[in-house]
Amino acid sequence: MASNSTRRHVLAGLTSAGALLAMGAPAQALTTQQASALIGKVVDEVNTVISSGQSQDRMIAAFEKIFARYADVPIIARSALGVAARSASSPQMNAFTEAFQGYMARKYGKRFREFQGGKIEVSSAKQVKSFFEVSTTVRVPGSAPYDVKFLVSDKSGKDLFFNLIIEGINMLASEREEIGAMLDSRKGNLDLLIRDLKTAG
Amino acid sequence: MPRLLQALALVSGLFLAACSQTDPTAGYNDPLESANRGVHAFNKGLDTAIVRPASKAYGTVLPKPVRQGVSNIASNLGEPSNVINNVMQGRLANAAHNTVRFVANSTIGLAGTFDVATAIGLEERDTDFGETLHVWGAQEGAYLELPLLGPSTSRDAVGTAVDFVLNPVETMFHDDVRKVQTATNIGSRLGDRNDFSNTVDSILYDSEDSYAQTRLTYLQNRRFKLGGSEAEVPYIDPYEDPYGQ
Repeated sequence: MASNSTRRHVLAGLTSAGALLAMGAPAQALTTQQASALIGKVVDEVNTVISSGQSQDRMIAAFEKIFARYADVPIIARSALGVAARSASSPQMNAFTEAFQGYMARKYGKRFREFQGGKIEVSSAKQVKSFFEVSTTVRVPGSAPYDVKFLVSDKSGKDLFFNLIIEGINMLASEREEIGAMLDSRKGNLDLLIRDLKTAG
Repeated sequence: MPRLLQALALVSGLFLAACSQTDPTAGYNDPLESANRGVHAFNKGLDTAIVRPASKAYGTVLPKPVRQGVSNIASNLGEPSNVINNVMQGRLANAAHNTVRFVANSTIGLAGTFDVATAIGLEERDTDFGETLHVWGAQEGAYLELPLLGPSTSRDAVGTAVDFVLNPVETMFHDDVRKVQTATNIGSRLGDRNDFSNTVDSILYDSEDSYAQTRLTYLQNRRFKLGGSEAEVPYIDPYEDPYGQ
């Protein structure tokens, strides 16, 4: 695994070297090509899962692995929790992040399962401020293609996606609203929220 | 023409609301939230009692190709209305595109049962009078949840009413065609409710505040479909602003 990823980085570095020189960008910065390649890997793995015909539980377990590997789960969790994350202790943040990861896999795994019989392809990528927007198209027989965008950043130290926009519906915005509502109805009790999040989604 | 009068009354009432100025980038404008929540509870109860079980039965009884045929017929009967809106929007290429679709699907596609137009590269380009109002510069207005019809905005509610009145199938076609349109529209909606049951159930039944999730999902998706400046809400950057302030 280690030698594999080193080789991949070297290859990615070689192919983008020309573009970097032309742009005068720092050597370690993420490029449009790398962001697009990352999402290419994500959609390959998602395609394998949705065409596998496994049970819903197995699919969700597979989606959780993909989410944990390619998404910046800690920053997504922190952002979804919003202001409440400021006063949370570090063990609480860890427990919340772990529960949130499972919740997201269950919730969005079920939605991706609706793309069964379809195929996702990367269609374009562009830089937006300090991150990258990679557009993908989901083709499902019998319906118009769906637009799914991934936002990719290297600010965590690794190239990871931190948001997903399905037909204009922003995952981070939805989860901020949802987690906020869950916290409100538990009178701001984060431990209760963490407990319930373990089975939600 | 009592139906026409009713529709016109709805239009004139809602038009004032549609004209009110709002800032679409501010997320949403929901001055009627408490009334909307009441309608939402009614719609949700209706889904639980009737729509959801009916959609399950529909999805179980009819095989996928039959359901696809029903939804194709419904879409095809919506094409004349699409063409009229395309013309009013000044999008003549789309008007031509949808005219060719209607002719091809109504003939070779056996009265719209098969979407042969998509097969030859003329994909569906659905539109409505709400979009026409958007093209003409009308603001989105207030968020509304309408009984039976679900989430909308004051602009889209006017659009729905005008589409109902202007629909050539309603005004110019034979009675039987109208009945087919009504029946296939219901079938098509039940089919969608069944095909997207995971997403719909997740929003309506698994979320803490189904009203807030419905509002957010509808508005973001609608703005995305209409495009233009309303869709260009700046992305949240959690690295710059991890607590969303």
